Amino acid sequence: MDRIPILKMGPFLLVTIQVDLYDRIALNLESDLVQMVSKTNAKGVLIDISAVAIVDSFMGRILGNIASISRIMDAHTVVVGMQPAVAITLVELGLPLTGVYTALNVEKGMELLHKKVVDVDDLNYVQDDSPE
Amino acid sequence: MAINISKLLLKKKQQLIEQWMQNQLSSDALREDLITNDDLRAQSEELVDVLINNISDAGHIDEESEQFETVAEILGGISIMRARQGFTPRETGLFIFGLKDALLSMLKEELKNDAGKLYEVTLNVSRIMDSLSISTFETYIKGREEVILRQMDEISDISTPVIRVWDGILALPLIGTLDSARTQVVMENLLQEIVATESNTAILDISGVPTVDSLVAQHLIKTVSATRLMGAECIISGIRPEIAQTIVHLGIDLSNIITKSTMASALQYALKAQRLEVRSMVTTAKL
Amino acid sequence: MFRMIALNKEKFSIEREQDVVMFRNRVKEHAVKIKMGLVNQTKLLTAASELVRNMLRYAQKGEVIIETVAEGRNNGVRLCFIDKGPGIADIAKAMQDGYTTSVTKSLGLGLPGTKRLVNIFDLKSEVGKGTTVTITKWANG
Repeated sequence: MDRIPILKMGPFLLVTIQVDLYDRIALNLESDLVQMVSKTNAKGVLIDISAVAIVDSFMGRILGNIASISRIMDAHTVVVGMQPAVAITLVELGLPLTGVYTALNVEKGMELLHKKVVDVDDLNYVQDDSPE
Repeated sequence: MAINISKLLLKKKQQLIEQWMQNQLSSDALREDLITNDDLRAQSEELVDVLINNISDAGHIDEESEQFETVAEILGGISIMRARQGFTPRETGLFIFGLKDALLSMLKEELKNDAGKLYEVTLNVSRIMDSLSISTFETYIKGREEVILRQMDEISDISTPVIRVWDGILALPLIGTLDSARTQVVMENLLQEIVATESNTAILDISGVPTVDSLVAQHLIKTVSATRLMGAECIISGIRPEIAQTIVHLGIDLSNIITKSTMASALQYALKAQRLEVRSMVTTAKL
Repeated sequence: MFRMIALNKEKFSIEREQDVVMFRNRVKEHAVKIKMGLVNQTKLLTAASELVRNMLRYAQKGEVIIETVAEGRNNGVRLCFIDKGPGIADIAKAMQDGYTTSVTKSLGLGLPGTKRLVNIFDLKSEVGKGTTVTITKWANG
């Protein structure tokens, strides 16, 4: 299987990663996502990595790239479902994953995205950062 | 007259065991609270048997030999068992020396007419018994080390409880020193609980951590980073004034970490993050 | 006090991305067999992933030796990555931590990070001849 399926969930896109991301697949995912964001005018991208047991620097770069590219197209990216062992390893590895929001699961990820989205129609600027 | 020690011991085995048992029963080192006299006799017989089976005609066992290995193994088993039962190394050492005494007095009786031979055999036997005695200390230490390791695991289990304080808020009171092995265990437990309870905030209380140096601070920072990577937040609470001073003097940068001096203020912060607050109830009198 | 002894030696040829999957599975099997905990397994496999990627990227192919090792009471997994690639010119620089460089821009080998994930890390490299990286991860600690 060469391409990872991308689901549309309202104004957001959901990608569930279940295979090892190698060069070919990773690049395809990047371009497929960008195309979809543009086509659907998505406001957010959720990447579900709950089935991913190993995240190395290559994978970290891909996630960072996706976040940056999506941002340029006015969509926020949230990575959800990171496994505890993966989080501990990434901290040790020193991978900052800047520009990538994270959430425990898809539900919380969507909550986070809703808070960050600017609703152009109602001109309702809803943004919620951490409390003071 | 040539004497065959191996055959002699075989012939006089019962006498040897009796003498040894007598030595032990009259000794101050007897621990009837730790082992019954019957079990003690069984232990003693086992050792005498293996010694007789492996000692040479001249009363000698080469320390590099397979025979010595065999005896040392049996003795090792006895020594470890005694360590687990709570015998002091001295008590187990005296156990061996009791056998040595019985052995030597028996040889003295047998060879009383041949001083030269007696001396030679005494030296050989002493050498073996002393060597075996040293190995009992070594296995004793190994046995106690295993007890320590097991207790360390148990302590580690007890001292990292994760408490569900409220929906979405976990508290982890850390007690004791924080080394890298423990930090990994704490992190793993904490993160797994966060996933399981779908919590937003974890409060790591360090008022029970005696010292915070650069290494400990690093462990705390890693824990916070890992929590954030997963999409939750981690607050450090219970920072005593002395600790705060030490941290600044050591040049540790905690500016990216949310710190509170008490669990209460940490809790308040966590609740506020979930748009919750604690208020006193106002009761209206009914007329 | 104790010498390290090696048991169960396996050699793997890495030439394409597909080889990596099988390689990772075998490493995991070795780790599970010595009862390595999940976090340590993840660290080992992530380090292996970094190193095998480097090998493929810079040397196009190479060999990995997987061994189960024991030192005293410790059991561990040792991996040796051998390639005949271009070699690393400035080893000291490659081992420097580049926290300030953003991940997306970094073209580095990720070596300092990989080193932190394992217990023993050894790097030998000669320009024009190749590189050998050996890492060891204990089941506990």
